[in-house]
Amino acid sequence: MGIGQTLLGLLETGSRHGYELKRAYDERFGRDRPLHYGQVYATLARLLKNGLVTETGVEPGGGPERKSYAITDAGVTDVEKWLATPEKPEVYLQSTLYTKVVLALLSGRDAASVLDTQRTAHLQVMRELTRRKAAGDLADTLICDHALFHLEADLRWLELTAERLDELARQVAP
Amino acid sequence: MSLLTATGLCKSFGATEALRGADFAIDTGEIVAIMGPSGSGKSTLLHCLAGIVRPDQGRVAYRERDLVNMSDADRSSLRRSEFGFVFQFGQLVPELSCLENVALPLRLGGMRRKPAEAAAREALDRFELGDLARKRPGEVSGGQGQRVAIARALVTEPKVVFADEPTGALDSLNGERVMGLLLAAAKDVGTAVILVTHDVRVAAYSDREVVVRDGRTPAQVAVP
Repeated sequence: MGIGQTLLGLLETGSRHGYELKRAYDERFGRDRPLHYGQVYATLARLLKNGLVTETGVEPGGGPERKSYAITDAGVTDVEKWLATPEKPEVYLQSTLYTKVVLALLSGRDAASVLDTQRTAHLQVMRELTRRKAAGDLADTLICDHALFHLEADLRWLELTAERLDELARQVAP
Repeated sequence: MSLLTATGLCKSFGATEALRGADFAIDTGEIVAIMGPSGSGKSTLLHCLAGIVRPDQGRVAYRERDLVNMSDADRSSLRRSEFGFVFQFGQLVPELSCLENVALPLRLGGMRRKPAEAAAREALDRFELGDLARKRPGEVSGGQGQRVAIARALVTEPKVVFADEPTGALDSLNGERVMGLLLAAAKDVGTAVILVTHDVRVAAYSDREVVVRDGRTPAQVAVP
């Protein structure tokens, strides 16, 4: 995710100190992976250098955490451009898992159990996400749903591969 | 000790071998998903566990009682008093109101109309379906009908609920709502749920999964 653009987007609602930005980011987007202060200040320094933010004041005591920042017109344009640009749809080939299945077949091992192990691991994560959804708010639901749909896609590939194992075994036979 | 166990189940329909040595066990209050590809034997396994289908070979025991060799009358009585059922399309009786549908398992168990309908109304209210009490199944939406079916399955406070693709005919949001209600209500009274599904998002509501492949249940994998 573009941390720079996300911080800019947060600054569009009003100028903030670095620590306020970090807190706002973590609250909305960083539940699983909060930002380090170092990341925030390094990003703000880059945005400042590129003219996307400006310093609006420094509290006594100095230090980067005492500065407040505001978004510039160029920053607003940058956010707009980012929002209008689609993310690259990635073809997520499960290359490692595919390799394991083929190697299991080549070596006469049980390829189905490779898939079974993966299914169990995937379902375990899906259970955790489902529980988190049940206990959480709408933001949790949406974040968990996104992860759940991705895991579901992996599992659909896995089930189809399980049904095609005999065919695959014939094709990879040495 | 497991609540319900099955070992070495085999079942054929004509030349088709639906089950070829399937095993299963569930504890009190546990939620287990039975998964597997279409035609793998999931529903046949569920029906054998519920005493709806008699296996050709193997043993099914509910609290140490042999379900396979039990008389039909005893098995029916056990199903009415200890088991609840939810199917993909609800299978509500179209001629009866939602209230009468929910009261049906109690009436079949010998309860008089008034207390049965009072308990049914309470169950409908618990699922926020009180307004539908007088409506017939044809007059309610698919999601509402499925929630009525869950109320009916749980009205007797069964020890085991058998659910065969309970969200199969619903969209994602209604499916989630139905699963949430089913499992919350089951947890409340310590009911075990056996859930047949091909939907991994539904399976994620379970405590663990049992995979059926070609009529067998391969050793289940434990992931650290």
